[in-house]
Amino acid sequence: MVDFPLLTAILLTPIWGILVLSFMPREADKTIKMISAVTMAIALGLTLYAYWAYDVSLGGLQYIENVPWITELGVSYALGVDGISLPLLLLTMLVGFSTVFVSWNVDKRSKEFFIQLLLLVVGAIGTFVSQDLFIFLLFYELGIIPSYIMVVVWGSSERVSKEYAAMKLTIYLLLGSAFMLAGVIALYVNAFPAGMRTFSMQVLAQAHTMGNLSEDVQVFTFFLLLLGFGSTLSMWPFYSWAPDGYAAAPTGVSMLHAGVLKKIGGYGLIRIGLLILPLGVKFWAPFIAFFAVVNVLYAAFVTIAQKDLKYIVGYSSISHMGYILIGFAALNVISIDGAIANMFAHGIMSALFFAMIGLVYDKTNTRQVLSLGGLAHQMPRVATGFMLAGMSSLGLPGLAGFIPEFTTFVGAFKVYPLYTLLAISGIVFTALYILRVLANVLFGPRREEFDTCRDASGVELVSLVLLGTVLVVVGVFPQLLMGMVNSGMEPVMALLVKLHVTPTLLGGVFQ
Amino acid sequence: MFNQYALSHVVLIPLLPAMSFIIVGFFLRRLPILAATVSVCMSLISFALSLGVGYGVIANNITVDNPLIQRVPWLSIAGLNVDMGVYIDPISAMMLVIVTLVALMVQIYSIGYMRGDAGFGRFFAYLSLFASAMLGLVIAVNFVQLFVFWELVGLCSYLLIGYYFHKVSAREAAKKAFITTRIGDFGLLVGILFLQILFGTLDFQQLASNVPLYVAQHGTNLLTIVAILLFLGPIGKSGQFPLHVWLPDAMEGPTPVSALIHAATMVVAGVYLVARAFFLFSALPNAMEVIAWIGAFTACFAASIAFTQRDIKRILAYSTVSQLGYMMLALGVGSVTASMFHLMTHAFFKALMFLAAGAVLHGLPDKNDIFAMGGLRHKMPVTFAAMTIGVLAISGIPPFAGFFSKDEILLVVSQVSMPLYTIVVVTSFMTAFYMARLLIVVFCGSEKPDNHPHEAPMSMRIPLVVLGVLAVIGGYIPYANHFGDWVRFGSASHEGLNWSIAATSTVLSILAISLAWYIYGSGKVSSDKLSRRFSTLYKLSFHKYYIDEFYLWLNHTFVDGLGKILYWLELHFVEGIVNGIAGLPVELGDLVRKGQTGKLQRYGLIMFGAILIVVVWLVLLSPLFKGVLSGGDY
Amino acid sequence: MIGLVHFLTVAAIVFAIGLYGVLSKRTIVGILMSIELMLNAVNINLIAFSRFITPEVLTGQIFAIFTITVAAAEVAVGMAMIFRVYYDRNTVHAARLDEMRW
Repeated sequence: MVDFPLLTAILLTPIWGILVLSFMPREADKTIKMISAVTMAIALGLTLYAYWAYDVSLGGLQYIENVPWITELGVSYALGVDGISLPLLLLTMLVGFSTVFVSWNVDKRSKEFFIQLLLLVVGAIGTFVSQDLFIFLLFYELGIIPSYIMVVVWGSSERVSKEYAAMKLTIYLLLGSAFMLAGVIALYVNAFPAGMRTFSMQVLAQAHTMGNLSEDVQVFTFFLLLLGFGSTLSMWPFYSWAPDGYAAAPTGVSMLHAGVLKKIGGYGLIRIGLLILPLGVKFWAPFIAFFAVVNVLYAAFVTIAQKDLKYIVGYSSISHMGYILIGFAALNVISIDGAIANMFAHGIMSALFFAMIGLVYDKTNTRQVLSLGGLAHQMPRVATGFMLAGMSSLGLPGLAGFIPEFTTFVGAFKVYPLYTLLAISGIVFTALYILRVLANVLFGPRREEFDTCRDASGVELVSLVLLGTVLVVVGVFPQLLMGMVNSGMEPVMALLVKLHVTPTLLGGVFQ
Repeated sequence: MFNQYALSHVVLIPLLPAMSFIIVGFFLRRLPILAATVSVCMSLISFALSLGVGYGVIANNITVDNPLIQRVPWLSIAGLNVDMGVYIDPISAMMLVIVTLVALMVQIYSIGYMRGDAGFGRFFAYLSLFASAMLGLVIAVNFVQLFVFWELVGLCSYLLIGYYFHKVSAREAAKKAFITTRIGDFGLLVGILFLQILFGTLDFQQLASNVPLYVAQHGTNLLTIVAILLFLGPIGKSGQFPLHVWLPDAMEGPTPVSALIHAATMVVAGVYLVARAFFLFSALPNAMEVIAWIGAFTACFAASIAFTQRDIKRILAYSTVSQLGYMMLALGVGSVTASMFHLMTHAFFKALMFLAAGAVLHGLPDKNDIFAMGGLRHKMPVTFAAMTIGVLAISGIPPFAGFFSKDEILLVVSQVSMPLYTIVVVTSFMTAFYMARLLIVVFCGSEKPDNHPHEAPMSMRIPLVVLGVLAVIGGYIPYANHFGDWVRFGSASHEGLNWSIAATSTVLSILAISLAWYIYGSGKVSSDKLSRRFSTLYKLSFHKYYIDEFYLWLNHTFVDGLGKILYWLELHFVEGIVNGIAGLPVELGDLVRKGQTGKLQRYGLIMFGAILIVVVWLVLLSPLFKGVLSGGDY
Repeated sequence: MIGLVHFLTVAAIVFAIGLYGVLSKRTIVGILMSIELMLNAVNINLIAFSRFITPEVLTGQIFAIFTITVAAAEVAVGMAMIFRVYYDRNTVHAARLDEMRW
């Protein structure tokens, strides 16, 4: 174990950044951006170190910090990461770092913008490193309000007004978190008798093994948590906030939301759902699998009918969540490994996608596919970014998206053959709309009205280079990611075996 | 010495082109000469190494039964272990040589063909990437590695078909290629998943030993479905019916691309997959029948379309589809030897013909229609010679390469099924006819007045010569050197020439060529009159049986249609519910706020009423009252 | 004799009359007068309790003087406000002064 409180340092760095920024004068535009960039760079560096120094063979929670806080309630400031949360933490910092540079052109009230942005990142970091439910919820709620402000002030109104989109996003997520809170409290009250109650995730995980939580309680509690985390993860039918929300948000917020905040839902399902309420998960898993398939196919078809780039990527994200959900619902180590890795890969990919769309929108002032065309002539680097993101989205081997999807399919096929089959058919439709976007936006004859658009250069290249490189590196060396994820899931293996997951009626092909 | 080095460093063969891709793609895009040099040098070294591997295989007696395998773990999680590695046996050694040779020829050719093009560096980068991916596919040790490089090869095809991305037709063709092959890949992926579930491994060597036990225990029913799913991949990638529609459109890419990818290498990946997984397919008679019939049908079907096509590259494209059908058919009737032999000879003569067509197009820019060409043999003698060799080879005229490989296929088919044999013989006749038609119309006769053709530059002529020589000797040499002992599945199947079959096919081919000469060369019969006479057949053939239009209609009606319906549902139903739920508090609020009348006395009245209720409630609950009720002291 | 109960009853009746007046008078002046009534009823209660329960200590009576003072001050302020309202709105109808509403 490391003596230096690495996780607190990662958490504190953006907080320090916020404090420094709040004392800056409004006009010091460049300084504000430099401070944000440096802050995120430090945090990213610390996270990379944490990822590299993590002992994969040892596994389990590392970099643990535990300081009792409100002892009467059993709340403690407990931090720790393992193979499940460390990739997601890395994802947060990679995307967060890129976001600062993507938002370099924000001139209107830049100080408030970057403070909010850093707040969002803090919220995300906090959820991934916390080992205490109270702290988890605290940081989760922290991330919701800044998004509202950012969408309303710096967002854009196309199909719907940004006020409507912001309102829908915030209230939907708050409603979800209300259910989450109810679930957490139900868990808290039922896990241990009064006087011994605690919010610590580690201890709560024992409650099931000690038999304190009956199946009914687990089913009910997990249902509440599912409503909350499902909304965050945009599981059908709780996804409506996502398309309008992403489309109306400024580019950096879209990147953070689609790339990182969404994954908190998936992470919560695993960390709190599976590790603490396994019987509840087992009960609801077939339903989740069904909704996963609906996610994949329904959202894919709706994407096909879209004409606005941000809506396309928004609905496409909802479609991809289906793969993560079916990986989770299959409840075996391989498929959940795939789901977690998919969260990482999809996060990077959609962040890159949104970053490129943001660049296109800044330069051409339109997001409508019908008005664009031939952009590869004027903006070859942006075109490369689009291609990388698009190809990763449709699961091309060699980029980050393939191995997670493949692993998910291998794991899920055994348990839900029919559902998995339907989900796999999604790769054809994904290819359809992705290639159509690429063809209509990037290729085709050169259009003079875009001749004044300059290609990505300088600061704009940061997101492309960073995220693109990660996509390629993780694609060519998947063990970098999968090894870490697997070391996090292996301890759960024994628990899962005890759940005796068997093929459902719809499968029944395999003995 | 060199052979040993080659055998232990096989991984360099795909790695060098990959490095070339990175170097050229990132740094040398604006330096065409340097880009071409790096690219060609890497290809040359790869080719030399492949030759070394080939000799090493023969010298060290590495046969299909004891291959040389090296593995490196790639993905290792609980219960799922996937390696990357190198699988060397005569089949993959042969493929290595073919791919590197044709890639090298095409790259040298492209120096001349793509000269002056703005994206020259980009082109060579993509060519290198393709070569690397194809070579990685060929040495794959398990299904995952095969699938990974399969998809990468598809990516390169997409990038290269859409190379002229300013053309709408090119970008649409690239899209079509990717999506059509994706449909096949879906089947392949599901098949792979089945294999993983059933056998717990995807390694070729391990599967080869596990499959017979499984079949003995559980029978063939489930495995046949798995095999057919796996075969969907080759149907897409190798342009079999009904997923053949992308290959002709792929001609939008530059001709060197067509020669390399859509004639000699990528499209044969499907054939290679079936050959590599033959331990599975050969154990499942029903699957083999499906493969054979699809192959035969494709061969005949594509030939019938090639009859009426006017675009020089389209003719060659449909010819490729047809020849791929031959290869599939050979596999379907159980002969890996015949199929691989034909794969090799086809690579030589098809690439030759495509490069020759490229020379023609280079000399006559903007003209694709063969009837706009004519009499080119005067001005382009080398090209004419090349095309002639190619046509003779594909028609199966001895002693050219195609004769031996086609004869082998005819032989094995005739041993298994007479109906299939008939189809193949008829197709051979058609093949000879339409290829001769191309040759005669383009090169013979008189020149058109407004054409000013010129012979191809040296960089384009060298590959033509090399491939031409190979198209001549590339059949006899393997035939005479126990090809069938090395490249086979199971026992050696080389039986020698069956003179009756060989003679029949040769005679038919000569007849077909004469017929073509009679119609197109001698001017005695007008082809226009013929096409009018058989107008329905002509229309069906010329419009490719309207299959493309049918697929477009399917896509538009069902996919786009479903998308529109669901989006409408989304906007009105789902959003309606959400907005409805959001509207509830608003409505409720509206109702409640009506209570704020602003009238002071109303408020006072309500307050008084509330206090009254509370007091009464408390009194009722109080012990005092309970005491009153029960009587007694209080 | 006349005991505490009687005083309390009278006070209660007066309070009730005052309360009714507050809730139902048309004009603000009327409401003010009713409030005065309620205050006086409270005074009666205070003095009665003081007289009958702790006659030596004059707590209630002192309290009542305070109440009267406060009532007087309140009426002064109230009347001033009524004048202002009339100046602005030209009415002393309680029901017409309902701007602070939905």
